[in-house]
Amino acid sequence: MASTIRVRATATGDTTEVQALIQHPMDSGYVKDAQGQIIPPHFIQQLTFECNGKAVFVANWGTAVSKDPYVKFSFKGGNKGDDLKISWVDNKGASDSTTAKIS
Amino acid sequence: MNVRSAIHLVCLRPFFLGLALAFAVVQPAAAADTIDPAADAKAFQKYFTDKFPKVKLEDFVNGPYSMNEDMHRQWEEKEEFPPYEFSLDMGKEMFAKPFKNGKSYADCFANGGIGVRQNYPYFDEKEGKVVTLELALNRCREANGEPPFSYVKDEMAALTAYMAFTSRGKPFDIKIPNDPRALEAFETGKQYFYTRRGQLNFSCASCHVRNPGERIRAEILAPALGILNAMPIYRSEWGGMGTISRRLTTCNVQTRGVPLDPQSDEYRDLEYYLSYVSNGLPISGPGARP
Amino acid sequence: MSMIRSKAPISMLALIAALLGAGASPALAAASEDDFKAAYAAAVDANKQAGQLRDQWTVTATALASAKKAADAGDFDKAVADAKEAEALAKASVFQATSEKSAWKAMEIH
Repeated sequence: MASTIRVRATATGDTTEVQALIQHPMDSGYVKDAQGQIIPPHFIQQLTFECNGKAVFVANWGTAVSKDPYVKFSFKGGNKGDDLKISWVDNKGASDSTTAKIS
Repeated sequence: MNVRSAIHLVCLRPFFLGLALAFAVVQPAAAADTIDPAADAKAFQKYFTDKFPKVKLEDFVNGPYSMNEDMHRQWEEKEEFPPYEFSLDMGKEMFAKPFKNGKSYADCFANGGIGVRQNYPYFDEKEGKVVTLELALNRCREANGEPPFSYVKDEMAALTAYMAFTSRGKPFDIKIPNDPRALEAFETGKQYFYTRRGQLNFSCASCHVRNPGERIRAEILAPALGILNAMPIYRSEWGGMGTISRRLTTCNVQTRGVPLDPQSDEYRDLEYYLSYVSNGLPISGPGARP
Repeated sequence: MSMIRSKAPISMLALIAALLGAGASPALAAASEDDFKAAYAAAVDANKQAGQLRDQWTVTATALASAKKAADAGDFDKAVADAKEAEALAKASVFQATSEKSAWKAMEIH
């Protein structure tokens, strides 16, 4: 089963730029389905990026983030070939993670 | 001119036209001027290239992103990591998966369905009607004992996204055979495009010919030239991939007109017209839009 | 409060059609169920015509639904008013479809 996380990390000099696309419904809990029933909230609560075991980006999300969120950020201290681990946990306790190499 | 004053101005015209007709001798419909799709396409492309001299012909397929510097920059970033990746992957998987009877989509299309999107819609001379890609896909399903997909939901969007992707860069190559029915279909599609409908009295042309690059509420309007080349599109507004059928029906609703059924004759003819007049422009689908 | 207020831009056609279509009714007499049935039937008929011309408006459907709802609740004054608005909208849509058969050419790129 394919990972829900797509990631690309490129290092230029001492700055690493990270882009990630995460597949998740990010239901806010305010939307009704075709039958008029509320679709219960289902969203990523915590998203963590770790480089060589050290957290470089941690996000605490709520219902305002839209479906299939896209994240882009840069950090210092990463090198080509380093491991970048991305993991998320949602409000239902589900999680996923993946590791990519900085190129 | 802005859209609102355009509506008011043209609202008056049909009223006076109505009055004029009431008093004048009603002329019978002029004997059909020769339908000349090639001339129409030439005029169509010239209109837009004249209007936007700085935009390269092939860039019109990027819709609003070709109309606005800031948006173009955003689009380039989006293309680095497109939001439609998940739908595209799903489409690829779906396309490869055989039907219960062992056959697959590849059996229904030339070249196994790879790199053929630019030939759709085509005029089926046996049936005497226009066949679009979405229609062909569902016919393929039904011919192989599978239930058809909704024309406005995710599955059809994913399938057409994959097929468009395999044709990226190939120029639209719509053919109009020398058959009066095909010419009629082209003309009907053209007429639909320019006809005002819905309480808001817009035609497709009101926005996409008269006001490309301008805003309607918060959106920048795409030019009609190349508008189907990027379909299907992942719309941020929809939070997902949407088909041509979905866009046509929702456009109707937005002008407060009741939409026709997806793949109605009028929509098929409209797609035929709009694709033909964009012949030569590259397929850029699937696209991403606000 | 009517939910079918046409929002700006108000179609000139709808306005004219509404003025032409609205029958003169005595201000004092309350509408009856028969009045509603007649008004509703006229509206549905006009909307059917628009359907044949492939140009029905969403607001017509809304007005018809509103009229029916009011009638079901026994408020025939509102029901008749809504039905008449629906008829006016439907007639305007028929006018639009008919005049557009030739008017569309004005938009065409040449």
